Amino acid sequence: MKQCIFEITDNRPIADSVYLLSLSGDTSAVSAPGQFVNLRLDGFYLRRPLSVFDCSAGRLRLIYKVVGEGTAALARLAPGTTLDVLTGLGNGYDLSASGPAPLLIGGGAGVPPLYWLCRELVRRGAEPRVVLGFNSAKDVFCEREFRELCGGRVTVCTVDGSYGVKGFVTDHLPEDYSYFYTCGPEPMLRAVARTAATSGELSFEERMGCGFGACMGCSCRTLTGNKRICREGPVLKKEEIIW
Amino acid sequence: MVTSELGGAADFATVAASGEAGDSAAAAACTAAGAAINTAVDLCGIRLDNPVIPASGTFGYGYEFAELFDINELGTFSFKGTTAEPRFGNPTPRIAECPAGMLNSVGLQNPGAQAVKDIELPRLKQVFFKPVMANVSGFSVDDYVYTVSLLEDEAQIGWFEINISCPNVHGGGMSFGTSAAAAAEVIAAVRKVTKKPVLAKLSPNVTDVAEIARACEAAGADGISLINTLLGMRIDLKRRRPVLANTTGGLSGPAVLPVALRMVYQVSQAVRVPVVGMGGISSARDVLEMMMCGATAVEVGAANLVDPFASLKIVRALPDALAELGVNDINDIIGAALQR
Repeated sequence: MKQCIFEITDNRPIADSVYLLSLSGDTSAVSAPGQFVNLRLDGFYLRRPLSVFDCSAGRLRLIYKVVGEGTAALARLAPGTTLDVLTGLGNGYDLSASGPAPLLIGGGAGVPPLYWLCRELVRRGAEPRVVLGFNSAKDVFCEREFRELCGGRVTVCTVDGSYGVKGFVTDHLPEDYSYFYTCGPEPMLRAVARTAATSGELSFEERMGCGFGACMGCSCRTLTGNKRICREGPVLKKEEIIW
Repeated sequence: MVTSELGGAADFATVAASGEAGDSAAAAACTAAGAAINTAVDLCGIRLDNPVIPASGTFGYGYEFAELFDINELGTFSFKGTTAEPRFGNPTPRIAECPAGMLNSVGLQNPGAQAVKDIELPRLKQVFFKPVMANVSGFSVDDYVYTVSLLEDEAQIGWFEINISCPNVHGGGMSFGTSAAAAAEVIAAVRKVTKKPVLAKLSPNVTDVAEIARACEAAGADGISLINTLLGMRIDLKRRRPVLANTTGGLSGPAVLPVALRMVYQVSQAVRVPVVGMGGISSARDVLEMMMCGATAVEVGAANLVDPFASLKIVRALPDALAELGVNDINDIIGAALQR
């Protein structure tokens, strides 16, 4: 973990209430896809945890959905604004478990962390399958980015059928895959864990106090002991989760 | 006193300090102006290099923070509230944001006294070389006595801080800390099984905090620490339900500072033993306010959760904050605001 000052280079809407935030600063503590950062915002006491959409040396990109006053304030920040950010938080996904054809399943605001993961998996020679689920056409984002990495192996579905194929992500999982990685709302994670044929990893969300393991605000029980979502998580293995 | 008048004497004091307190303490005690500022205080017979103590529940057992900075720069810290048995604590959500603060209802999650003795303290010893404050919680008098007895022989424990804000399961679930008699019973029982200093950590959710403080002092407390969190709640408008799974939680953060100052001021006038003040401290100036209200040392809580370096920054800012007031020795301001 590292505390750094980042500068906003871009902050723009990419779907309904969904923004892409580009930052420049020290990214040396960010070590794995699936990790998150914790932003301090003027006027709000607690930081806002956001998953990492993409990261390279000196450049950090985050995608967030406006769900409350904090994220609404974040959406109003202009390029040039600086932010106090705790970086490199959480465990992240285990890339070594992927096998040759991992399946990536993202739902809504849970899609972003899968992009950097996908890029890293492709770089390592894997051929990921991707299923992205949204409520409606107005909510869809990042389809192009995933297609650039995986071409025809990307399926986009919407609950109301207004874009892509109609239905839930679990209605459209491919037949063959070696492992799965997922992030999304908890009912979706539960359905994926029940439906998936292989072992896999799921990224969870919880209200956090600190984001670095001090306050015990985000604890959960697992079959491998009590874990803090912010520190031993947010990524848990399918086999250890107590639903 | 004005620092400029003391230029020569101050230089001499710096030399003397470096011989006694070691390089880092001496360096911390020096300001850019070259004046020696003493930040060391005595808490129940144990020296603190500075009065800044991260509060229980915001600093774990220390080593998460030891990965970030040298925690030996702190006065000490109060470790996570420890109970006789391991506890998972309350269901989530356990955290809710508030204007200038936060609510928590963690529910004393901790690995239990035996694991603290066998695992946490040996790990801490690798990175922390000062006496640590052991925060102890319980749900019966026997619980407190068991935990303190088990940890009594741990050389690294300097003080026991007894959290009496827990519900007494044998007393109808009412918090020990809301009754002078129940508070005194816990402190007296713990007093019998330890030779280390015992601090009673008081709840602010009472009618007369001074009365509870006096009862604890009479029962043998060597010091009083306060305030624990203020009971509060928030509502999730969409769900029409409390945000916290446990309905209510404890409020901390800058919002509670004025309440904490008032209560520390009241308790300092009610007891003779040292008082450790806490509640919403986030800057060196807040530390000085708390000490002027009578606190010998202070605990920093929620601020550590928002900025993991908060306590360290406060330690480093203290000498300059004192110099700004023309104070050479932090002990000179303890109780400065009290009516004599």
